Amino acid sequence: MNIIESLETRELKKDLPVLRPGATVRVHVRIIEGKKERIQVFEGMVIGIQGTRLRESFTVRKISNGVGVERTFPLHSPIVERIEVVQYGKVRRAKLNYLRDLSGKAARISAVSREQRAKLEKGNNASR
Amino acid sequence: MLTELIGRKIGMTQIFEKEEGRLTPVTVVQVGPCRIVQVKSLDKEGYNAVQLGFDEEKKKNRAKKALVGHSKKHGVPQFRHLNEVRVDDVTELTSGMEFTVETFAVGDKVHVTGVSKGKGFAGVMKRHGFGGGPKTHGSRFHRAPGSIGQCVFPGKIIKGRGMPGHMGSDRVTVKNLQVVEVIPDQNLLLLKGAVPGAKNGILRIRKKKETKK
Repeated sequence: MNIIESLETRELKKDLPVLRPGATVRVHVRIIEGKKERIQVFEGMVIGIQGTRLRESFTVRKISNGVGVERTFPLHSPIVERIEVVQYGKVRRAKLNYLRDLSGKAARISAVSREQRAKLEKGNNASR
Repeated sequence: MLTELIGRKIGMTQIFEKEEGRLTPVTVVQVGPCRIVQVKSLDKEGYNAVQLGFDEEKKKNRAKKALVGHSKKHGVPQFRHLNEVRVDDVTELTSGMEFTVETFAVGDKVHVTGVSKGKGFAGVMKRHGFGGGPKTHGSRFHRAPGSIGQCVFPGKIIKGRGMPGHMGSDRVTVKNLQVVEVIPDQNLLLLKGAVPGAKNGILRIRKKKETKK
């Protein structure tokens, strides 16, 4: 393994859940205000995953007070304390940008079955 | 102690700052271990300095005969790269002494000198940052340098006029780079920001002199 790769590997988080576009997640974000620190949860749907390894990031979209809000998090950032996957969604593409044009009932994505979910959680961990 | 060592650029990556989670761009540099080949003293050579060697030549019969003889004389292996570093006092320095990355500490400011990437024959916009002309609206003046002087007076082109020509492959020094991390067992130094030259380029890393406040 070359030096850069090994340095990056050291920075990677190891206990991450499998993220998929279409998944509904709760991202626990560390917020630093002056010297105080607290955790805020950002819950929404993963509409895309960009990059690989240390540079991997994901975009979460939610509707807050009727306004669409998107946040992109670097996956391996210390700011992202923890990611909970609420459910995986049935989607057929990698980027769900089309959700931006939809609202209400049309913007729903159906959840995958329990067996499917187990398969997802097992399958992807090996590759990471 | 020495304040300057020879290193090799490995490449760039990013590191997360632990507290605030900021991404820091870092250059990974392999520094040393460097060994003193020759000590030059005020009495003998007229000035105080040491010649540092970096990257030992492991293959037999690779080095030039002159270098073989030079290394033999001072009882050190043959090195691919030699560099001279001025020092104030040479009394405690002898040939064969080794210096590692631990010369530098986290938080230090360093100056890094290297040879920039060659850009070939470059025009005036790339080489000197000229503005150029409009691309469209029939301007017929795009990347040319424009006027380079006046008329009968002064009747010549003033020296230093920016012109097209060879760009890059110059000796460049980047100052005040912060040491983000030192990894002694791999001889690595992580510096915040970019460093001149291509990967595997040879660099000189100099500790910034402490200034009086």
